Amino acid sequence: MRSSAMRDLMALTQRPDVISLAGGLPDTTLFPAEDLARHLSVVAAESSARALQYAPTDGLSDVKQAIREVLRAEGDDADPEDVLVTTGGQQVIDLVCKTLVDPGDVVVAEAPTYPGAVPAFAAYEADVVQVAMDADGLRVDELEQTLDALAEEGRSPKFVYTIPNFQNPAGVTLSLPRRRRLVEVARERELLILEDNPYGLLRFEGAPLPTLRSLDGGEFVISLGTFSKILSPGLRLGWAVAPRPVLAKMNIGKAASDLNSSSLTQLFVATFFRDGDWRGYIDKQCALYRARRDVMLEALQEHFPPGATWTRPEGGLFLWVTLPDGLDTTDLLAKALSRNVAFVPGRAAYLDGRGGTSLRLNFSGVGEDDIREGVRRIGVVVGEQIELLARLTGRRPATPGGSAHPASPAADPALADVLELPRRPADPGHPRRGSSSP
Amino acid sequence: MSVVAVLKGGRSLERQVSLQSGARVEDALERLGHDVVGIDVDHDLVRRLREIAPDVAFVALHGRDGEDGTVQELLEVVGIRYTGSGVSGCVRASDKVLAKHEMRDAQIPTPDSLSFNETAFKELGAADALDAVEQRLGFPIVIKPADQGSALGIKFAASAADVPAALVAAFSYSAKVLLERYVHGHDLAVSILDGVALPVVEAVPVDGLRYDFAARYTIGGTRFECPAELPDEVTARAQELALATHDVLGCRGFSRVDLMRDHETGELWVLEANAIPGLTDTSLLPQAADAAGIGFDELVGRILALAD
Repeated sequence: MRSSAMRDLMALTQRPDVISLAGGLPDTTLFPAEDLARHLSVVAAESSARALQYAPTDGLSDVKQAIREVLRAEGDDADPEDVLVTTGGQQVIDLVCKTLVDPGDVVVAEAPTYPGAVPAFAAYEADVVQVAMDADGLRVDELEQTLDALAEEGRSPKFVYTIPNFQNPAGVTLSLPRRRRLVEVARERELLILEDNPYGLLRFEGAPLPTLRSLDGGEFVISLGTFSKILSPGLRLGWAVAPRPVLAKMNIGKAASDLNSSSLTQLFVATFFRDGDWRGYIDKQCALYRARRDVMLEALQEHFPPGATWTRPEGGLFLWVTLPDGLDTTDLLAKALSRNVAFVPGRAAYLDGRGGTSLRLNFSGVGEDDIREGVRRIGVVVGEQIELLARLTGRRPATPGGSAHPASPAADPALADVLELPRRPADPGHPRRGSSSP
Repeated sequence: MSVVAVLKGGRSLERQVSLQSGARVEDALERLGHDVVGIDVDHDLVRRLREIAPDVAFVALHGRDGEDGTVQELLEVVGIRYTGSGVSGCVRASDKVLAKHEMRDAQIPTPDSLSFNETAFKELGAADALDAVEQRLGFPIVIKPADQGSALGIKFAASAADVPAALVAAFSYSAKVLLERYVHGHDLAVSILDGVALPVVEAVPVDGLRYDFAARYTIGGTRFECPAELPDEVTARAQELALATHDVLGCRGFSRVDLMRDHETGELWVLEANAIPGLTDTSLLPQAADAAGIGFDELVGRILALAD
């Protein structure tokens, strides 16, 4: 579900006078123009004809070597035969849905989930069931309960969609014990997992954790990777590593969609990985984003009112703020836009109308001054709304959203405040799951 | 043929709808043989208008600035004829509170309502009067930003517990909000073109979904029937009320008046008028015109001819 109202509001976040903390952009100004020119010249000199020609649907072997280096950097590995080069990571989500999902099939996703996956799930008419997260990522125990409940209805998900590292939008990371358990659950129930890992190498602190695919050995895990965040989204280059029967179908789906991903960008990436310092470039990005994250955390501390909570990501591009009950971040965005600042309202990350009190902030795409000023402006409008709400509820107990609905169980109340959002029923103005049109 | 500047986009929250309306209008005007210049309304609006010096401006803006008289005032000052309502009609129609008062004074039936601005709550302790407000209107109550054209910020309060959050939401869009008694029933829309009420459009719930507040604002939750299957006297009454509202508010050329038909009593209630209703391919005015045998190009041509 995405209301037309939210679409209209999101369109306004692109205005040039708006400080947008709504995007998901890496800072591509970091990549030296002369490097781009140099590597492209090498491509032109060495393989002009190939760069201008079609490529095999599954990708050029040159770029598969680069993909292998990225996988190895995260403790994984893959036979090039098991890799499908795609047009960005987004195409993997599309192809997995195309391959596996018939209308009405269940897909399990995290709550909240990547807003960009929502239209893909909706387009294939998946019945998306969202499972809560906390500071340690997906609640695998709740996943198991959900799977049991579905099994009682005679239903089984086609796959579980998860972003284990610095999740988009929540900014949290799946803990090692939960990774192990998730992989076990997949094995026990013969359930496919789509592991979306765009930011795994953008870690600023803490020890790297093994990928789900490396823990599973690639039997039940489809791994999604991309050069978008570690190198450039303009390249539109990603990949899937999948069990062979699934990969074969995805390959057919891709051939139907676009035959092959751009040969030119595949060769550029291959050249850059061969001649350039790709690890150094990631280090540069990490240093920059880490500083920006810190600025954002400080600004939140300074400008956001008590009662607001936020996650503290160890990497990636996003953090997730949850405001006190009674505020609605879709409406808040309208007010924020009048002060020329933007964020992503939490509802964009749910298919069932939840997320109304949360918002996603991006810290990679804008400079430190804009982060400070943007967070300050949002803090001001949040403060105004909280003050107004207090005046309005002063005369009666504050039970915004209706008191007839029981609070949902949460293992750890402290964490529940950060991430779980099933406390409020779906707003009457927003449909529940199943009532939306694709 | 004349040079027509199509004003579209702008900075209002309804920018996207306006861009769609504007694009469609431009195509129609070109087919009608006019020399068309599209202007995405921005800081340089006046400068561009002077530069282009069009014979007439087609205002395809929705929401703040475009529909509230601001742009119309500028066009008057610059001395360019423009389509649709003049400044006063825009001011009265776009301010839901003012429009309600005008309607009430003219004995046009409109659901009982009250309005407050933000300072009433911040500085005058209006929160203490909320129980009296609720008692007078009775639940459910619809809470609306006073000057927001689309469905943005419109909230439904089933009980007193819902009111604070709904007010905060509505105040996100406007410094003034309207609290209005909710009419259980179907939405009707009557468009006016050149002093004549077009066939009635009725919102009908899709696939037996309960027609409630949520369905009204859910994509795909409703479909629109035109002409509405209503008893002749209801159609006539709806058209009469719409025309009266259009006149009372001082709208010019065209407008769209939204009504509710109580599903129990059959009574008709006027909610509001839109001085510049949408002109996209799913908008209600073009549908109504089509039902009256007026194609889109002809509709645009007639609106242009009514410019003043």
